[in-house]
Amino acid sequence: MRDNAPRDLSVDWAACQGHGLCAELLPDHITLDDWGYPIVSGPLSPAAAKRARRAVADCPALALKLRAAEQQVTIRSNPAAARSAHRG
Amino acid sequence: MTATDNRTETLVIEPQQAQGNGVLPSRPLNHAEHRAYYGVLPAPDRLPLGELASMIGHAGVRGRGGAGFPLYRKLVSVSGAARARRIAPAIVANGCEGEPASHKDKHLLWLAPHLVLDGLVLLGRELRATRAVLAVEAGAPNGRGDLVRRLREALNERDVRQDGVRIELAEVPGRFIAGESAALVSTLDGGPGLPPYSELSVRESGVGGAPTLVQNVETVAQVALIARYGPDWFRDYGTAAEPGPQLFTVYSGRQRPRVVHSAAGAALAPLIADAGPIDAVLVGGYHGSWIPAPLARHARLTEADLGAPLGAGLIAALPADRCGLAETAHIVRYLALESAGQCGPCLNGLPRIAAALEQLADPHQAARDRGLLERIERWCGMVEGRGLCHHPDGSVRLVRSALMTFRTEIAAHHAGQCTGGDRRPLLPAPARELVH
Repeated sequence: MRDNAPRDLSVDWAACQGHGLCAELLPDHITLDDWGYPIVSGPLSPAAAKRARRAVADCPALALKLRAAEQQVTIRSNPAAARSAHRG
Repeated sequence: MTATDNRTETLVIEPQQAQGNGVLPSRPLNHAEHRAYYGVLPAPDRLPLGELASMIGHAGVRGRGGAGFPLYRKLVSVSGAARARRIAPAIVANGCEGEPASHKDKHLLWLAPHLVLDGLVLLGRELRATRAVLAVEAGAPNGRGDLVRRLREALNERDVRQDGVRIELAEVPGRFIAGESAALVSTLDGGPGLPPYSELSVRESGVGGAPTLVQNVETVAQVALIARYGPDWFRDYGTAAEPGPQLFTVYSGRQRPRVVHSAAGAALAPLIADAGPIDAVLVGGYHGSWIPAPLARHARLTEADLGAPLGAGLIAALPADRCGLAETAHIVRYLALESAGQCGPCLNGLPRIAAALEQLADPHQAARDRGLLERIERWCGMVEGRGLCHHPDGSVRLVRSALMTFRTEIAAHHAGQCTGGDRRPLLPAPARELVH
């Protein structure tokens, strides 16, 4: 992945234990819910890219991920169907 | 005939003959009877590569497991991933209904196992798959343990050399999320049976890392019918947007659940005619939506009419003397317990939503605590879209539809009254031992 390629923050929900460091490093992008788990909002601003990489590296559970910004490759007629998780 | 025939009665399902017109037999068929009933499976030379995919595309087949994703698009992406990664794909016919109220997949497998096996063979040839798996729930109550035996017998009747595809039978734990495609792949690979975090979809990397087509057994059976009768036959059923015959599990009044053969576009009311006065209808499944009775009376079975997808084909009428809030609380409690427990928002949110719904379902508690509704709505927002699988989203959809459909009941409960006298649960939500 190129360094200047647009990226999104994503959370590995199975790994996340709600430590909350990400919300301290990226208060503009991450808030915590009632139980301490991150709520990621909006696309990552270029200015926050460096702090985002640090938040990813600092997550004690290695649950915060930076991945290529999602492209509109699927026709989302049915939002549930567009998600990978279903029963075929 | 097979020795297990006399066990048919143990399945809590009754085919409705008036609706059946040749798609499903009225009794279990062995392979010879199956060929006599449906006709012989087209040989590979009569169905060149690409032909089946094109028929499926023309027919407009969508997944019958709940998500309704177009099969053609899945075929294209699995074969594309296989070419790109130079790995032969795998296919899985998913017979793990998981949902305790749904019987249509088990019903289909019981009556016409060779239709599903034919479909697997056809899709296996088309994709040149090196693995083909039929996944079903491991021994469950109501005689379903016999289903596995029956499927083994059916597999033994096949001629693998003629089929060109060897089908494996896999037994999967009967948990609600076990049939979710990524969880199913995890089980088949000897993993914990939980949806993993992955940047690749199952279609790109599934069983053993191979691009994998996971398809509900009803959908797989439809492929076997389309290969025989053609895409136009398929499109004669249903509507242009939702074509094809479809199986529904119907709960109507105090009747035992029935599996009904119908199609999108049919009127909903006749299916639940024997329910008497009703309050609402649950459409799709436990991840589905409650539809208010006035809408259900005139609705046709289409997503547009119902404002909710037909999903896995559950239609459950709630009699007017039942409390929809109590029923929903009963289901959501089950859904909360069926959470895999690996994603924080689902693990924390669903039990809180379930507990608050139980309070809301109790008029004495609902009258004392006016903040319940607001808390449920807020927690729904916190759970939705924040997990590795569809479970939190589907559960939230059910809760939100209940808050909308039963809003006059909610008002009554806040005033300390319940209009439904009978508070016994209608739909099954078995207590399962916690795996963890």
